[in-house]
Amino acid sequence: MQNKDLSWKIYSLLPIVLILIFLTLLPLVSIFYNSFFDIRWKDGGYIYNFIGFQNYLELPQNKFYVPGLINTIKLAIIGVSFQMIFGFVIALGISKIKKGKSFFVSLFLLPILLPPIVIGSIWRLMYGFDFGIFNYLLAFLGVFPVDWLGDPTIAFVSVVILDVWHWTPFVVLLLLAGLESLPTDVYEAGRVDGTSGWSEIVHITFPLMIPTIIVTLVFRFILSFKVFDEIYLLTQGGPGTSTEVISYSIYETFFESDNIGLGSVMSVVSLFVISILIIVVLNIIKRVNKYAN
Amino acid sequence: MQTKLEKNITYSVLIFFGIIVLAPFIWISTIAFKKQIDIMMMKMVFKPTLFNFDKLFFSKESTFFNDIFNSLVVGIGSTVIILIICSMAAFTMIRLKIPRWITAMIFLWVIVFHMLPPITFVASWFQIASYVGLFNSRIALILAHVTINLPIGLLIIASFMRDLPMEIQEAALIDGCSSRQAYIKIILPLLAPGLFATAVIVFLFSWNDFMVAMNLTAKATQTVPVSIATFSQQYEVRYGEMAAGSLVSLIPALILTFFAQKYIVKGLTAGAVK
Repeated sequence: MQNKDLSWKIYSLLPIVLILIFLTLLPLVSIFYNSFFDIRWKDGGYIYNFIGFQNYLELPQNKFYVPGLINTIKLAIIGVSFQMIFGFVIALGISKIKKGKSFFVSLFLLPILLPPIVIGSIWRLMYGFDFGIFNYLLAFLGVFPVDWLGDPTIAFVSVVILDVWHWTPFVVLLLLAGLESLPTDVYEAGRVDGTSGWSEIVHITFPLMIPTIIVTLVFRFILSFKVFDEIYLLTQGGPGTSTEVISYSIYETFFESDNIGLGSVMSVVSLFVISILIIVVLNIIKRVNKYAN
Repeated sequence: MQTKLEKNITYSVLIFFGIIVLAPFIWISTIAFKKQIDIMMMKMVFKPTLFNFDKLFFSKESTFFNDIFNSLVVGIGSTVIILIICSMAAFTMIRLKIPRWITAMIFLWVIVFHMLPPITFVASWFQIASYVGLFNSRIALILAHVTINLPIGLLIIASFMRDLPMEIQEAALIDGCSSRQAYIKIILPLLAPGLFATAVIVFLFSWNDFMVAMNLTAKATQTVPVSIATFSQQYEVRYGEMAAGSLVSLIPALILTFFAQKYIVKGLTAGAVK
């Protein structure tokens, strides 16, 4: 009996452990190892040349990586701020209504559940200079057409707009779950004291929601470092490096320039930066949870 | 109590944001039924045509049926694998006595992995796949999707597992059920809603994935998103087919959102923050 149980325990955990070891940990080791080599594909095989830290020394001079890292952080901060503001307003709205609740929830789920590449193609069409809907509407108002994806500053703003559109629903979902689990007795007590409407939101809802807001915020912040698909379809990082992001630089270096060594260094550095952020984030979440309980 | 004014403002705000969410999809639907020339001319009044769909599915160089088949095989395959391995692991980690550090390590690493950009792993998967001769095979993509979606799958199933009543399982164990029997006969049926929520979400994420699929497949095994992206990369952007393909690729998500909205909401919230 005991032995049989032990063998079940091992069998049940084995697949997940094997996948984690071979497809997540092994790649990390291999990236780290590759980062010290110059690797070329030749005659159906990779040729490794040990070059020590040279790839690392090359990284700061790389035209794309550092601007990409800065853009990624900028996009994360600006994008997530707007997502939180709009997300809170929408979640609050949905939590207040009675009729049509599930309709609105479904509606706001769509951007999360639809293929990002489709979202990218749609927005690319809408941003189009000659026959995009935005310029069509501007022309209607008598304003000159805007080069949404061609001008460096505007292109970044366009990416931010798409990012906010795409990920606000995720914030809505998490904040709504938080709003619906708030204790109702506080509200009743508040109503006895005569709070209502705006002051109820400011004095009761918002303070109670702070833990959920913080967790959602840091979680979204970290996840926004993954951005790739939209950039790939919308701007390919351009013009120049104005919308370059780390995932795109890594993709470009690995798969377009076939520079595995440099690509590995970019991955190592990105993973390092993100790991530090994750440690900070997990600590924040832990503290918030402790405070909330 | 809410005043009528407050209620009206709330609905107006929601409808306003709702339109912003919906507008792009309405716009793409109109494009899909326009001829290239009407798209270029920005014609707002036009004669709807199925020309783009016809070309998407039936033109000589079209691979779209094959792309859909690939997406379905990879989506269903990776979903089934995730359901099996995550439910087994979650059962053992949450319901049976095992050393705590094992559970803690697995969960911590899964959460950290979930937060890391997948592109950093794809290059290695590409190397591994070429090394073992699996590049451009559906098996490689299935394994990659299993890995990518494993965190969300495990987190959702684990959160449903925690909510199951403990007594039933204990009763079963006292009755002499082995852990394997308890898992199959008791836990799995009780877990059905959780498994369904996981399946819907994981399948959609697999169906939607572009980045991994693009780098691990070639023409014969490419999935729908990869195929859609190619329409914009040719010499001349094929807007009509891009729009038509996009519209078709939305179908699974629309159907599942319509029928399983409750499960999706529960699953996504459970899987997001834990």
